[in-house]
Amino acid sequence: MNIEELEQIAESVRLENAKFDHEINVCMGTGCLSQHSDKLRDALTAAAKASDKNAFVRRTGCMGLCAAGPLVLIDPEETLYQHVNASHAEEVVASLGGKPVAALQCDLREHFDQQVHVVLENSGHIDPEKIDDYIARDGYQALVKALTEMEPNDVIKQITESGLRGRGGGGYPTGLKWGMVAKAGHDLKYVICNGDEGDPGAFMDRSVLESDPHRVLEGMAIAAYAVGASKGYVYVRAEYPLAVARLTNCLREARRRGLLGNNICNTPFAFDVEIRLGAGAFVCGEETALIASIQGQRGTPKPRPPYPAVSGLWGKPTLINNVETFANVAPIIRKGGKWFASLGTEKSKGTKVFAITGKITNTGLVEVPMGMTLRQIIEGIGGGVPDGHTFKAVQTGGPSGGCIPNEFLDIEVSYESLIQVGSMMGSGGMIVMDDTSCMVNVARFFLEFVMTESCGKCIPCRAGTAQMHTMLTRICAGSGTMDDLELLVDLCGTIKETSLCGLGQTAPNPVLSTLRYFKNEYIEHIVHKRCPAGVCDIQAPAAAHVDVEVLV
Amino acid sequence: MTTVAVDVKTLVIDGQNVSARAGQTILEVARENSIDIPTLCHLDGLSDVGACRLCVVEIKGNNKLLPACVATVEEGMEVTTTTERLTKHRRTILELLFAERNHICSVCVSNGHCELQSLAQSQGLTHVRLPYRNPQLAVDASHERFTIDHNRCILCTRCVRVCAEIEGAHVWDVMGRGIDSMIISDLHEEWGKSSCTRCGKCVQVCPTGALFDKSKIGSDHPKYPDFLPYLNLMREAQ
Amino acid sequence: MSKLKLATVWLDGCSGCHMSFLDMDERLIELADFVDVVYSPIVDTKEFPDEVDIALVEGAVASVDDERKIRKIRAHSKMLIAMGDCAVAGNVPSMRNPFGPQAILDRAYFENADLQQQIPCVVVPQLLKVVRPIHEFVKVDVFLPGCPPSADTFHTALTALITGAPLDIPALTRFGA
Repeated sequence: MNIEELEQIAESVRLENAKFDHEINVCMGTGCLSQHSDKLRDALTAAAKASDKNAFVRRTGCMGLCAAGPLVLIDPEETLYQHVNASHAEEVVASLGGKPVAALQCDLREHFDQQVHVVLENSGHIDPEKIDDYIARDGYQALVKALTEMEPNDVIKQITESGLRGRGGGGYPTGLKWGMVAKAGHDLKYVICNGDEGDPGAFMDRSVLESDPHRVLEGMAIAAYAVGASKGYVYVRAEYPLAVARLTNCLREARRRGLLGNNICNTPFAFDVEIRLGAGAFVCGEETALIASIQGQRGTPKPRPPYPAVSGLWGKPTLINNVETFANVAPIIRKGGKWFASLGTEKSKGTKVFAITGKITNTGLVEVPMGMTLRQIIEGIGGGVPDGHTFKAVQTGGPSGGCIPNEFLDIEVSYESLIQVGSMMGSGGMIVMDDTSCMVNVARFFLEFVMTESCGKCIPCRAGTAQMHTMLTRICAGSGTMDDLELLVDLCGTIKETSLCGLGQTAPNPVLSTLRYFKNEYIEHIVHKRCPAGVCDIQAPAAAHVDVEVLV
Repeated sequence: MTTVAVDVKTLVIDGQNVSARAGQTILEVARENSIDIPTLCHLDGLSDVGACRLCVVEIKGNNKLLPACVATVEEGMEVTTTTERLTKHRRTILELLFAERNHICSVCVSNGHCELQSLAQSQGLTHVRLPYRNPQLAVDASHERFTIDHNRCILCTRCVRVCAEIEGAHVWDVMGRGIDSMIISDLHEEWGKSSCTRCGKCVQVCPTGALFDKSKIGSDHPKYPDFLPYLNLMREAQ
Repeated sequence: MSKLKLATVWLDGCSGCHMSFLDMDERLIELADFVDVVYSPIVDTKEFPDEVDIALVEGAVASVDDERKIRKIRAHSKMLIAMGDCAVAGNVPSMRNPFGPQAILDRAYFENADLQQQIPCVVVPQLLKVVRPIHEFVKVDVFLPGCPPSADTFHTALTALITGAPLDIPALTRFGA
């Protein structure tokens, strides 16, 4: 495979598409599929066949606006329909070339126009399982370019220059990580794609894997070339069956085209990828736990150093990056590091995909340049809080992050700024809460999550999160005391400072951040025995205490 | 006589200038110099897992606390092993352990010989501020010689490691996650029906009364884990 | 100097701590120069006095009666000392916690009773669902672990508390000592 061949394929796809007057793209991401977009596609296909219109129906990945699904995009008119079901099929087909079906039309200019799609540029436009579709949109050009025109060091240089940072949460500079693995002297090295996305309300990686899996594979192959690895693993949750199925298919396609395997693009470079299914443990997103899991061991983290870059999978130097990180690689190589660095802020470059959920009008997946304010994302792109309620807080970074209140909505989204306000970037989940959410209860929810997801290896995380959960439950039930609160804060300090891995070290964050901004809610529960949001069920004080003469 | 070049690192532990070989852990070097760092999951002769977090120390210039059992020495490192912050954390960790399961020292076979109990004393813990969890846990007395009482287990995994690394039987392992983690024999068989070789090493390395010898009565059950380094030395010598 | 008022109380415990307290033997007489025992299972006072300087409490809080008592004691005492592992940590009485009070009553009054199987319900106070150490109910000033704390521990600790000398409890005693 070389550039000419890629262009031939792209040209043939374009010719094929040009045969049709209209393209009917049906979103078949998990969100829309759950609303039977597969039946819709069949109905549309049948309707198109039966009609005199020259239309072609394509299955695509996620179009982003999951709340409005199933979605249908008509090209070249760029008409977007929402909440379409099979019964609308004939109407939609009949309208082709004429006036769009007004009742179904989704006009959300604001939602789409403010976004910048780099990672998601193909999502919703290509059939995720057709490698030719991907190639027609410049797919695999970056790999061919890297292999035929660039030295491994040049690749790393471009990545470093781009300023790309790990999209899994920590924000470690990707170029630096690649450089470390490249320098590690060993004949056998590994590349691992971390697709163990597990935060509540996060589905960025899932969508990328489902909508544009080749993009991830291309990123991994480029990374492997840069660091000198010959074997890759995609670690993906078994709860993502669609992603697994599409990945499996894509691996086969890529091998058939000679884009994976031996002598890729007629060079000596060999690289192949294997899928490993995670059993759904959140902690396996931690790189040492993930490695243990791939090795068939209990998914528990190990103390670092040694870092995986030095001693990782089977003790060999290993590069681990997140799905979204790999998805950013191909455009950087194609367009250059400088182009990527022109997006975003000084220290946080490029774009970030966010999954916006909770009390928000436009639930779904968005991609915005770093540096956009939270307000723009939530009120502009997200459409604000629905049903006349008022915004209270947004949780970023999942259970490891924190709640950000209204007063900080104008901060620019970047790794540093989010940490400054007591939260973190995380993998990109954004849960919006309105005045019907009790912040103590929210903290308790996240603590329950980390408590059950703790691996149980180190004491502060194993027993500490359980104790925190007990205390928060007490406070929610109205039986907490101010001493409990003090103890809770104390415990947060120990868990944060002494836990073995990131899960434990960040487990107290939801409590600390809600305490920082919503302490009054804790006090209301403890002192006045009432839940301001009306969420917690606080019973009247137990009768047994009433007859005690003197209470302390 | 030939001399072997040794990569020597000099560092400061608690204000004391000490020298160490490259690759040594802070804990090893501290103990060689009679500086005590509390540990629970660490045991000389077994691999280190860095799980109990009691041995965390402060390193000058590093905001993070490092577990001394796995952190290796570096040239010019300045280590502090006892500070108010560390003592507070160590006490809290011990409190977490005492509150996690049912540790009733007065009726335990290991009363007076228990590492958890003596750590509480040495770290100045007089009471547990956290609410006791009081879980209902099993006691497996199916083995003809030994008993495992999960009420007293602190999940240090010394038994797991000694069985896998030294005895080579790998009878013990950990089941479940988080607060529900449990030590199990084989695939959660009764200990008496498991592939146990009856060597008793796990009993000797258990820091509490979770694993004990049925022939001992009352609290007359001191344990002797010191055989491990000796055994390893003898095996290496062969 | 007027003598300090000392009270000792027995909640859910075995009285072992009181025995050990008495094991101070002749040192009790020395102690009597500094304190008056105003309330104790070993003296005749029926009501807890209004103003007590030092209250030594043995036993965990296991019944509604214990809870009522400990709150009253706290309200009327300047210094509250948790005496022994039951008061400090729950100890043996708390071993029923994983099973609950009903299971314990059934075992004691039905399964193991030969005659007149019945669970006492008059006069005796109702059991709490879980047995807890006293500091989970009221503020405790000094913790003296041990099962029981030794007579020497009592002597050293009380002398220090009376005279205001420094007191290093972990050097004296431990859980289960």
